[in-house]
Amino acid sequence: MSATENPIRDAITEAITEHDVLLFMKGTPEQPACGFSARTVAALEALGAPFAAVDILPDPRIRQELSGLSNWPTIPQLFVRGELVGGCDIITEMYETGELASVLGVAAPDEAPDTAPAAVEPGAPAPLQIDTDGLRPPTPGR
Amino acid sequence: MPTTDELKDRIEAAIPESRADVEDLTGGGGDHFRATVVSPAFAGLSRIDQHKLVYDVFGADIGGPIHALSLSTRTE
Repeated sequence: MSATENPIRDAITEAITEHDVLLFMKGTPEQPACGFSARTVAALEALGAPFAAVDILPDPRIRQELSGLSNWPTIPQLFVRGELVGGCDIITEMYETGELASVLGVAAPDEAPDTAPAAVEPGAPAPLQIDTDGLRPPTPGR
Repeated sequence: MPTTDELKDRIEAAIPESRADVEDLTGGGGDHFRATVVSPAFAGLSRIDQHKLVYDVFGADIGGPIHALSLSTRTE
């Protein structure tokens, strides 16, 4: 797990540590590339909860390392305060029961709809990049 | 190509006293499923750990032959 052995995993761990609410997804909050990611973003947006997002599509190693780290096979994955809370099914279920608002520390909507809304509100935060181009092992011998 | 019966059998064989209902959400395409699994083995586990028990039945097949598996888990 040292920086010399696995820089992508280190970058993922660092992102999870640095962001209280972090969503690994396919695409971006503005342009989700998968229906599951879109539904999860919609639940977070509906609660007005601030969150950071990482697009896992640019490099297949991000997903590979993330799933190795979290022991969770699918995308999206929502981390809150360093802990994996769930993927689309769990987040949608928690949204509907009000547990998601509670975990995120935000007010639940006055009238929770039966299902998470499909539309994504504008104004989502800029996606976080796991910069794999910059993630090369340090030159040995330095 | 996995079938709903195959998924059901694998879940029920691996998780004690479980009952699984598996739907093929692709209408026969066979790579996107929804499973509702009921087992006393889930008692006391978080949702994450309940779902992990089911995902563990399939290992690397998830994301491979099984493109997506939506889950709902209950103890009864």
